[in-house]
This record gives sequence, structure tokens and C-alpha cells, in this order.
Amino acid sequence: MPNLVDHDHSLELLRQMLRIRRFEEKSAELYSGGKIRGFLHLANGEEAISVGAIPALAPDDAIVATYREHGHALVRGTPMRALMAELYGKSTGCARGRGGSMHFFDASRRFYGGLAIVAGGLPVAVGLALADHLSHRSRVSACFFGDGAVAEGEFHESLNLAALWKLPVLFLCENNLYAMGTALARHQSQIDIARKADAYAIPADAVDGMDVLAVESATQRAVDVVRAGQGPFLLEYRTYRFRAHSMYDAELYRTKEEVERWKQRDPVRLLSEGLRAQGVLTDAVLDKLETAIADEIADAVTFAEASPWEPVEDLTKDVYTPGKV
Amino acid sequence: MRRFNATPASGPDRIRDTPLSESTFVGAGIGAALGGLRPVVDVMTVNFSLLALDQIVNNAATIRHMSGGQFSIPLIVRMATGAGRQVGAQHSHSLEGWYAHIPAITVLTPATVTDAKGMLLAALNEPDPVFIFEHAFLYALDGELDEAAFSVDLSHAAVRKPGHDVSLITFGGSLWKTLEAATRLAEDGIDAEVLDLRVLRPLDMPTILVSVRKTHRAVVIDEGWRTGSFAAEVSAQIMEGAFYDLDAPVARVCSVEVPIPYPKHLEDAALPQVAGIVQAVHAVVGKR
Repeated sequence: MPNLVDHDHSLELLRQMLRIRRFEEKSAELYSGGKIRGFLHLANGEEAISVGAIPALAPDDAIVATYREHGHALVRGTPMRALMAELYGKSTGCARGRGGSMHFFDASRRFYGGLAIVAGGLPVAVGLALADHLSHRSRVSACFFGDGAVAEGEFHESLNLAALWKLPVLFLCENNLYAMGTALARHQSQIDIARKADAYAIPADAVDGMDVLAVESATQRAVDVVRAGQGPFLLEYRTYRFRAHSMYDAELYRTKEEVERWKQRDPVRLLSEGLRAQGVLTDAVLDKLETAIADEIADAVTFAEASPWEPVEDLTKDVYTPGKV
Repeated sequence: MRRFNATPASGPDRIRDTPLSESTFVGAGIGAALGGLRPVVDVMTVNFSLLALDQIVNNAATIRHMSGGQFSIPLIVRMATGAGRQVGAQHSHSLEGWYAHIPAITVLTPATVTDAKGMLLAALNEPDPVFIFEHAFLYALDGELDEAAFSVDLSHAAVRKPGHDVSLITFGGSLWKTLEAATRLAEDGIDAEVLDLRVLRPLDMPTILVSVRKTHRAVVIDEGWRTGSFAAEVSAQIMEGAFYDLDAPVARVCSVEVPIPYPKHLEDAALPQVAGIVQAVHAVVGKR
């Protein structure tokens, strides 16, 4: 049972998780309808992480995320219109439509992607933190990555370098137990990811990633450590994705029973049940939340539909800085 | 010996030894550039840069365009390149032509003392990623540094020796072999023009075409392996831009397609040499 001291705050967490879930459900529908193409990685089941973690960061902290980053951008505050337009590939998207689902960017919110090579964002976060460190800025660089990334050399190199140079990097592992279709125990000799931090003398913690309040408090503690200038922190969120890795996979790597078992711990459901038990959430309150979210999504879809494509003449724009070539 | 220069100013904070983590210290350079610094990353040699290819190709070269122009990455990456020092197959690569394949970066191959300094200085003013390939053979080169070092451009090929009979097009460490070949050719009565490309991307094709239209013959000298070499790109563009000006097919002098061997006689045989350049030019000029 979550500790629901601040009812308004808890309802806001629920609203944010629902907002991500409905946005992604709509995305899946639009994918089936051919409006969205390419890869589309949904975070269904993992919403508590972005919702709990990102508000613990300050507006001028940096975020580097992965190809499963819709929720992260939504919580960070990038307008849903710009995100939906990006999924459509329209020029009003948050990356002019050039990136698509895996490559959301938002310079104004220090959102550095949307980087889709597994573990490729970790060194970038180390460098962002180095820039802050050398410029004597008290900012945190938060880097999200999955359990698959811990098998990459860049994970180990980045933890080492950030620790060696005492850089303010918050390493945030979204452990959903499967690297695409490879179970953690099939690719890691040590499946307790947080313990890998010991090798680099980095403080670490692991938290239930299905409990948004636990995510929130653990992340806040980790941010405090990093901002205090003591170097990096590794926080592991233990979570689960309910849908396929991308839009479709055969899911031969796990059983339906396992998925159903995890769905009992659906973060939306956990928080809703807690709030209902305390009388905070009623059908009327939920309807109101859902209606507002549905309206926002409908507006975003209308916006994306009506938005123009980037003209082909602009194909090579921004390869180099203007005036360079 | 790995160095991570956060700025040209010296000091332990700004000139950093790094672990042997090429992918991560190049990636950190990208991040530091995104964070407002102007990092100069020294990966020592092109051979080790292979460990950082993910960061170079997937991040440094994509983020500006892929983000819709929201981010610039003013990053400089320096490395030694080339063979000729009997260091075996794993330390003798010439892969600057590979790098020149990638849009969104600038690829420099200084071949003179002035360019070695001047290109680095000029690169510090570039808003986008710059890769500098310094042929290891050239580190021992002596030369007067002239005032031009403070104002070199990063966009033009240079005519290092004017001539009328054939255009010898090269870059980096091969420039000096090519100039020596031109001297020998002069003794044979062949007046060769020697072009130093200097910048492989963006390639200064107009200067090449002006030269070829004048000489009507071209030989491209490139220490990379022939297949898919930068020489192949130059040849193709000459064919596209000056086919009807040519009096003979464009020739190439490249490395033999083997891992570069250790013993000197085999290494010499694997690389472009003065005699091979002279021979290739005679074959091309003989067709007049």
C-alpha cells in the first residue's frame, strides 16, 4: 500500500502515468493504421519510472534517454502536440519529424534524446556532466538506460569515468528483465545490477519500479547525493514491460502467466487501488482525468494530422551548422 | 598517453589523462561539446578510434540533423594515421577515407608543418565535429612554420607544385612521396602538378577539376586499400566532372590489399612508394 500523504500529488502522479499510457495506446492504434511507421517501443508497465523520476530533477538538469522515451519527454514537459507530430514525422515535431519515435529531442528542456544505440547515451551524459563540473555549475545529468545496456562496454567505461572524475551523473537503469528477448539471467553473470556499482566505488540503490512513490523518493535521494558533488549514483528501477519489445514480437521468451503476474503489479493499478482504498479516487475523479487526457490526445492527433511535412528541399538542412558549407 | 583536452589552456582540470575507454572518452567529448565546451579529444591512433566508432557515427554525426538542428557538437578528434613504421597490421591502418564517407563531420589530413598547426587552430572555430588525421610519418618532419598557420582555411585543396602534364592528387603522408616522384618525373621530362587535398570532407572538387582540365591526366595516390578507397571517390568524381577532358583513364596508386606486414621489405611493398607513383605516371602519360 503506497503512502499517500499528499492526495493532490498522488492524483497528479496517477494522471501523468495515465497520460503516458493513453498516449502510447493511441500511438499503437495509429501505428496499426499506418500513420506511424518504423520502430515504436512502448513503455506500457514502466510508466512509474519517468513519472516518479523526472520531477526529482531541476529544470536545468540534463536528461539523456533511450528509444523508449515517450513518457520521459511527456513528463519533462515537451508538449504532447510536438511529440505526436514527431511520431507522424511532421515538421512540427520535437525534432522536425526527422527522428521519429526513438529520437525525441528538446533543447529548451535539456532533453538530449532519444539515443537508440543501446548504452550509447551513457558517455554523452558523462560529457554533459564534465561540462558542468568544469564550468562550476551545480547541475545533474540523468541518463536512462535498460538492463540490456549493462552488457555493453560503455556502461562499465562510463561508470568508471564518472566515478574517477567525480562527475554529477545519475545513472538510471530501467531494468525490465529483458534485453529485447534475452532474459537478464541469460546475459549477465551478476543479475543484481545495482551491485555492479561496487566495482566502481559508486553508491547505488535498487527500487520497485512499479511503485511510483518508491521511485520518486529513491530518485530524490539519488539526486541529492549527486548534486552534493560526491560523484555519480546508480539507481536501478525493477520494472516490467507488458507489451512487445517494439510493436510486434513473438514473445517466445516469456510466458503469458509471467506477464499476467506482473500485470497484477501494474503501476497504474497499484496507485489507483491505493487511492481508492483511501477514498481519494472515485469513478467520477477518474472519469475527469481520463476525459482531460483523451481531449489532450485528440488535440495532439489533430495537430499532427494538420501539420505539414518538412519540404524535401530542406533534406540536407542542418547536416552542418548554417554558413559552414 | 591518452589526453582529453577540455580547452587549449593547460592544467590538470583541462588536460586530462583518460582510461583506455575510447568509446566513452569520445562520447564524453560529444557530451561536453553539447554542454557548451570545446573539447579536443586525442585518441592517439586511428587504430584505436575503431573502438569509438559507435559514438562517432551514431552520435557525433547524427545528433545535429536528427534533432532538427537543435544541437551543435563543436568537437575536435585528433589521431595519428598511416603505416610505414614497422608496427604491424593492427597499428598501420589508413582509414581516413572511411571517415570521409560520413556526412556531418569534417575530415582533415594535414601534410605540412603549417597545416598541422593551422588546421588545429582553425578547427577550434568550427561549430561541428572535426576529425584530424595526422600521418605518423609526418611527426618527424622538419619545416619552418610560417604566418599562414594562423589563417589556413578548411575548405580548399592546395597546389603544392604546379605542372602541365599530369595531376598527381594526394593527401597526408603520401604528399611527400608524391612530391619526390614529381621531382624524378621532371628528370624524365614530365611536368607533374601535385595537389594536396588537405580536406577530405567536404572535398574541394573544383580545384581538382581545374587541374585535370589543364593536364588532361590524373593519378590519385592514397595509402588506403584500393577497394572503396578515397582514391576511388576522387576518380569517380573526376569521371563525372571532367570525363571529356581526360586523355587517359584516371590511375590509382594505393596500398596492396593485405594486412600491413611487419618486415620492412614487405611493408614497403604493400604501401605506395615513389617508384610506383613514377611508374603509374609513365603508364598514364605514355598514352598521349
